[in-house]
Amino acid sequence: MSVTAVSLRARWRNPSALPGFGLSFGFTLFYLSAVVLIPITALVLRPWELGFDGLLRVLGDHRVLAALRLSFGAAAIAAVINALFGLIVAWVLVRYRFPGKRLLDALVDLPFALPTAVAGIALSALYAPQGWLGEPLMHLGLKIAYTPLGVVVALTFVGLPFVVRTLEPVLADLGNEEEEAAATLGATRWQTLIRVVLPTLSPALVTGATLAFARGVGEYGSVIFIAGNLPTVSEIAPLLIVIKLEQYDYAGAAAIGLVMLAASFILILTLNLLQAWTAKRQ
Amino acid sequence: MSLVVDSVTKSFGAFEALKGVSFTAPQGAFVALLGPSGSGKTTLLRILGGLEFPDDGSVIFADLNWLHVPARSRRAGFVFQNYALFRHMTVAQNIAFGLAVKPRSVRPARSAIAQKVEELLALVQLEGLGKRYPSQLSGGQRQRVALARALAIEPRMLLLDEPFGALDAKVRKELRAWLRALHERMGITTVFVTHDQDEAFAMADLVAIMSAGRIEQYGTADEVRKSPKSPFVAAFLDREAHHAPQPAR
Amino acid sequence: MMSLRRPTQDHPLTRLALAAIAIGFISVFLVLPLATVFSQALSAGFGAAMRSFDDPEARAAIRLTLLTAAIAVPLNTIFGIAASWAIAKFDFRGKGLLTTLIDVPFSVSPVVSGLIYVLIFGLQGWLGPMLREWDVKVIFALPGIVLATIFVTFPFVARELIPLMTDQGREEEEAAASLGASGLQTFLRVTLPNIKWGLLYGVLLCNARAMGEFGAVSVVSGHIRGLTNTLPLHVEVLYNDYQYVAAFAVASLLALLAILTLVVKSLLEWRYADEIAAVHRH
Ligand SMILES: Nc1ncnc2c1ncn2[C@@H]1O[C@H](COP(=O)(O)OP(=O)(O)OP(=O)(O)O)[C@@H](O)[C@H]1O
Ligand SMILES: [Mg+2]
Repeated sequence: MSVTAVSLRARWRNPSALPGFGLSFGFTLFYLSAVVLIPITALVLRPWELGFDGLLRVLGDHRVLAALRLSFGAAAIAAVINALFGLIVAWVLVRYRFPGKRLLDALVDLPFALPTAVAGIALSALYAPQGWLGEPLMHLGLKIAYTPLGVVVALTFVGLPFVVRTLEPVLADLGNEEEEAAATLGATRWQTLIRVVLPTLSPALVTGATLAFARGVGEYGSVIFIAGNLPTVSEIAPLLIVIKLEQYDYAGAAAIGLVMLAASFILILTLNLLQAWTAKRQ
Repeated sequence: MSLVVDSVTKSFGAFEALKGVSFTAPQGAFVALLGPSGSGKTTLLRILGGLEFPDDGSVIFADLNWLHVPARSRRAGFVFQNYALFRHMTVAQNIAFGLAVKPRSVRPARSAIAQKVEELLALVQLEGLGKRYPSQLSGGQRQRVALARALAIEPRMLLLDEPFGALDAKVRKELRAWLRALHERMGITTVFVTHDQDEAFAMADLVAIMSAGRIEQYGTADEVRKSPKSPFVAAFLDREAHHAPQPAR
Repeated sequence: MMSLRRPTQDHPLTRLALAAIAIGFISVFLVLPLATVFSQALSAGFGAAMRSFDDPEARAAIRLTLLTAAIAVPLNTIFGIAASWAIAKFDFRGKGLLTTLIDVPFSVSPVVSGLIYVLIFGLQGWLGPMLREWDVKVIFALPGIVLATIFVTFPFVARELIPLMTDQGREEEEAAASLGASGLQTFLRVTLPNIKWGLLYGVLLCNARAMGEFGAVSVVSGHIRGLTNTLPLHVEVLYNDYQYVAAFAVASLLALLAILTLVVKSLLEWRYADEIAAVHRH
């Protein structure tokens, strides 16, 4: 009698001697649904009250398109910058010894810890025409604050730790043996780096850059102060959502939100595939 | 008060780890489960301890439907393959754990627990090591702490999963004689997993040879060794014997 | 003797160049913005900066920020413990999906995180009319701010504990069960001591984000001065009011919190490396 009960339960989960599954799983599911799943469903359903045509009209709007292009474009450029410099920073942090290394390492996490609004006003002041960097750059004819370049700078700031922190453990794991093997087989240092090291790192590098990109696409606080927010020029998609909400255009805001949510889910899927790729490489 | 295991099966997903295991052991017996890696020894032992649940079959012990008794009420002293000592507790705290978690009404006084811990430390020959942490002990010492911890709850049944697996040959032999002597003194029904046949035959009253989720042969140590019932048992004992020449007992 | 390099060692000039690039990049992109915050705050002297905190609106913002974190962090901590207990200690179908869903809030734009609650509780939201009838305010009030904060800090504790508890296995808990311990006793005496540093680490990061969140809170707050402005929102209000010294003074407070978080985080990583999760992807 109880044996059938046990085997019925076993279809969904293995029975266990440890207590508390019902309570912990039940609470997890309840809290996840209440805080995340149901509200996200609200976002997924809302834009359709505009009808499919209405949805397309909102998204086809010149201003909306420009904002989406800026958010995705600037995030992509920042991700590439971070991939390049993040690789160098991770390499230096893992491979070299020098005084102050631990401080440098801790600093990498600053964008995670610093509230985005603080980063936003700081970057804005720094790159403003009278700022520490804004002024010299101005003399070089480069204007960063209140232009799309400012968006790229802000997204580079928020994205750096993703690349470095994803690369570091892989780089540390890589050890020296494979490189030594390549050297004994007659490869030059450069050949070794290009043919042995870089391919090993590439899944992690792409993962880190994708994480930085995902963060950049949705970023708000660190961008809006430095961007200048000129419609169709330096106005990012999240800001447009805020503007539409302020005009009580819920469906319009939800439409843009839905596009960004879809992008998030595609990126989550990509990251899961990348993880499988990484696992295969190791 | 005997142990009766009847047609126990257990699958993990599509994989059948136990395909109908039955055996009977009298109260106070010392049973060895012997078999190659992956044959289901640990799975069977975990079922006896209440840590795993069979898909089918029954286990009767001490006139109880043993499968209906939750692990925490079985009082089955379980010694894990790699000890599972609580790493953040001292040796003494590890041994005292089973007493300290008893409901207040039946919990012994603090001093009584301390005294019991001292007795058990003496029993497993670890006097004076009570204040150490598991990470500060050798493998053989950890092994004995795990045993003392299991004995502290005055177990109705002792379940040992390759308790000497990680130890070197010399220590294994010492502990072998010591454990057998301990069993003789306490008379607790003991099931002991090993894949070392010397160990099985040196210590156990009854030996079960397992292979691929089945018991191939079950009987007294002498019976099994002298007259293997199947080619598998013969080959298994023979092969093992070549690996480790039978030492004089 | 001629100095031969080991084949895995970069040329000294390469080392110098890469280290210089890494340090330069971090200085420009991370250190300079941080320095800007403090320098701007102190630009009119220490006294002027301190006076920004006499303002009742600043006081109210500090109180609201502390209150929000005091509600959101414990709730997410309980959730993190429940989720990691269910996921790490039991086998059931759909575990991978559940783990992915828990991470979703990390991939969603902060603005979208706020938007989803507006779509439910806002004036034109699903429950908007009903809430109005009952005279309950969620959006532009404390509950909305707390909800948005819970959403953005949702995964922090869970994602720290899940890999940690999975790594630690189930044997100690099984041993406790076979020794007669109850579920609560097993958790308090066996599991908790093993995860305490990882738990602290997760709570620390959760708290930093809860106190610093800007985008999500900005959408649901309504910016009612002295009432629904958290510290980061107060920074924004001051900055947009051209009260730069005050804005950067309040920002300095948040920056100090970030630095404190980084220091404790580094200490934990350094001292208890084995007792916090093996994998730190973010
Ligand atoms: N939780 C589990 N999930 C899936 N398969 C399992 C699980 N536990 C055990 N198995 C499988 O069941 C079979 C029997 O395992 P068991 O641990 O009982 O073997 P064993 O005889 O103790 O081996 P060893 O001597 O190596 O310890 C093995 O093939 C194992 O892979
Ligand atoms: Mg085993």
